[in-house]
Amino acid sequence: MRFDPETVMRPVLLAALACLAAAPAFGQGQVNVYNWSDYIDENKLKEFARTSGLKVNYTTYDSNEILDAKLRTGKSGYDLVVPTASPFFVRQLAAGLFRPLDRSKLANYRHLDPEVMAALAKLDPANAHGVPWMWGTTGIGYNVEAIRKRMPDAPLDSLRMVFDPAVVAKFRDCGVMMLDSATDVLPAALRYLGLDPDSKKPDELKRAADVIGAVRPFVRKFHSSEYINALAGGNICLAFGFSGDIFQARDRGEKAKDKQTIAYAIPKEGALMWIDVATIPKDAPNPDAAHRFLDFMLDPAVAAASSALTGYANANRAATALLDKEISGNPLIYPPAEVRARFYSITPGTAEQIRERTRLWTTAKTGR
Amino acid sequence: MRRVLALPGLWLALFLAVPFGIVLAMSFATADADRAPPVAFSLTLKNYALLFSDPLYLAAWIASLRIAATSTLVALLLGYPMALAIARAPRRRQPLLLALVILPFWTSFLIRVYAWMGLLADNGILNNLLKTLGLASAPGTILGTEWAVHLGIVYAYLPFMVLPIYAVLERQDRALLEAAADLGAAPWAAFVTITLPLSQPGIVAGCLLVFIPSVGEFVIPDLLGGTGTPMIGKVLWDEFFLNADWPLASAVAVCLLALLAVPIALFQRHHAERLR
Repeated sequence: MRFDPETVMRPVLLAALACLAAAPAFGQGQVNVYNWSDYIDENKLKEFARTSGLKVNYTTYDSNEILDAKLRTGKSGYDLVVPTASPFFVRQLAAGLFRPLDRSKLANYRHLDPEVMAALAKLDPANAHGVPWMWGTTGIGYNVEAIRKRMPDAPLDSLRMVFDPAVVAKFRDCGVMMLDSATDVLPAALRYLGLDPDSKKPDELKRAADVIGAVRPFVRKFHSSEYINALAGGNICLAFGFSGDIFQARDRGEKAKDKQTIAYAIPKEGALMWIDVATIPKDAPNPDAAHRFLDFMLDPAVAAASSALTGYANANRAATALLDKEISGNPLIYPPAEVRARFYSITPGTAEQIRERTRLWTTAKTGR
Repeated sequence: MRRVLALPGLWLALFLAVPFGIVLAMSFATADADRAPPVAFSLTLKNYALLFSDPLYLAAWIASLRIAATSTLVALLLGYPMALAIARAPRRRQPLLLALVILPFWTSFLIRVYAWMGLLADNGILNNLLKTLGLASAPGTILGTEWAVHLGIVYAYLPFMVLPIYAVLERQDRALLEAAADLGAAPWAAFVTITLPLSQPGIVAGCLLVFIPSVGEFVIPDLLGGTGTPMIGKVLWDEFFLNADWPLASAVAVCLLALLAVPIALFQRHHAERLR
């Protein structure tokens, strides 16, 4: 018999959470890594398991919110996690969820890019708890032919592409998807309106939510990872998503039998720049193994191979030289200074502001 | 022996009563994103107040009930003839036919739902087949609509409709039908007056087994559905994970349980009356 997970697993899950006994029995010779989906070179991962002698339990998620729920429940059993710097890592840090890093165990620490480290140190003084893994932008992915056919003069590099109802409506028939993330989409909508993307003013956020509400009828789905395969398979033609995910869609689309040409654009109005941070939970069962895995991630060869695979820029200076010119010279991955000047990031805000923002998001995306 | 008999009670207490108590207590708490877990214990009704004042939740309840009801009806219309055909098949063939009904369970539920995504996508197998056959010029959109959700639910829960109805039909005394035929009743008249009323317990059980999990279904609307109709299971998930609002998610869960308790209680009463 198969039961609906909602009715059966919910009580079981909550009982487990409540007893704080959710963590499976984790032995010493292993490391439990919880990372974003499609975020590391699998061959390197296998190599690490072979050479370190550690058993690597590698599991993935596709949204910060899921990681956040697991970390806040406590005893997640994970040794290494990779939250986005702001607003997630910084708030989790404030809640005391991470353990300070022991740099003497991180031989590859010296390869890290001081510029990214300095940006991160604003949130984590002296970079005590985390190291930057990859960074990228939130922008526009599209199917070149499908868009050209429907709107030859489409404003490809503008947020109008996803927020102007007159434009989005043209692509309704070929499919539009948007991230299911209040912290990525609402700031962009604020920027589209010419407002501060980090605004916490209720009336401004309301206007941003109205932007989403206006294009919602033309959006097929709000989801944080499905658009990769949907773009690559020619099932949708436009997505507002993470840069690297769209590069992966491009690579898969090229190889597909029914070839799809996918492209990415950084919105000219400015884009959210995010940094994902590798960090060790306070209650990690194997902190030593976690440091070994972290040092492996900091190996320039591993960072380079992962960037080649994911299409995200890494924060490892020594890795840049190992990268294909196609990646290190790609202005969409390593954008020039004048583009970077228009990047923005957001601050977490108070608990009440977060609640207000997520409420607005839920209402906007469901159209109620 | 007595100890063995205490096991179900212990099981219920440990895995139903205690967790439900926790969920109930949490539904009166306040969300606090600065804590881990993000909950501050209190005794407030504002989570419930929000549930009943924000039209989102009411719309999700209604959508869930409606989708579960129509899916149950379709599953009944499909499942009853299947159950009847199996029950009337030669006895030695019945195990094979039943095995075919159960066979899909050998594949993970999640993979089967993913497979539907591949079938129903705009550039998916179904649309391409229709195009190749010249039955459609442009691809239609099925994935991401309520149609896909219905299809997914009927597909996933159909065996739960077939099996209880089959169990009842299989035990029916065929002599009754022979007697009806001898007395001049046409086959359809015999079906309407004898087979159908006698199979009522199977129909009720099948409908409940399909309806109840469908109302709270999360996986199918998440994977096959779109932005149009939020079902309550998805709303609950969003509140818990995306919004980190555990108290509100708990309040949604309590209401979901209350909503489902009504049909279950009705079934129990119906069942008790039959026994009497």
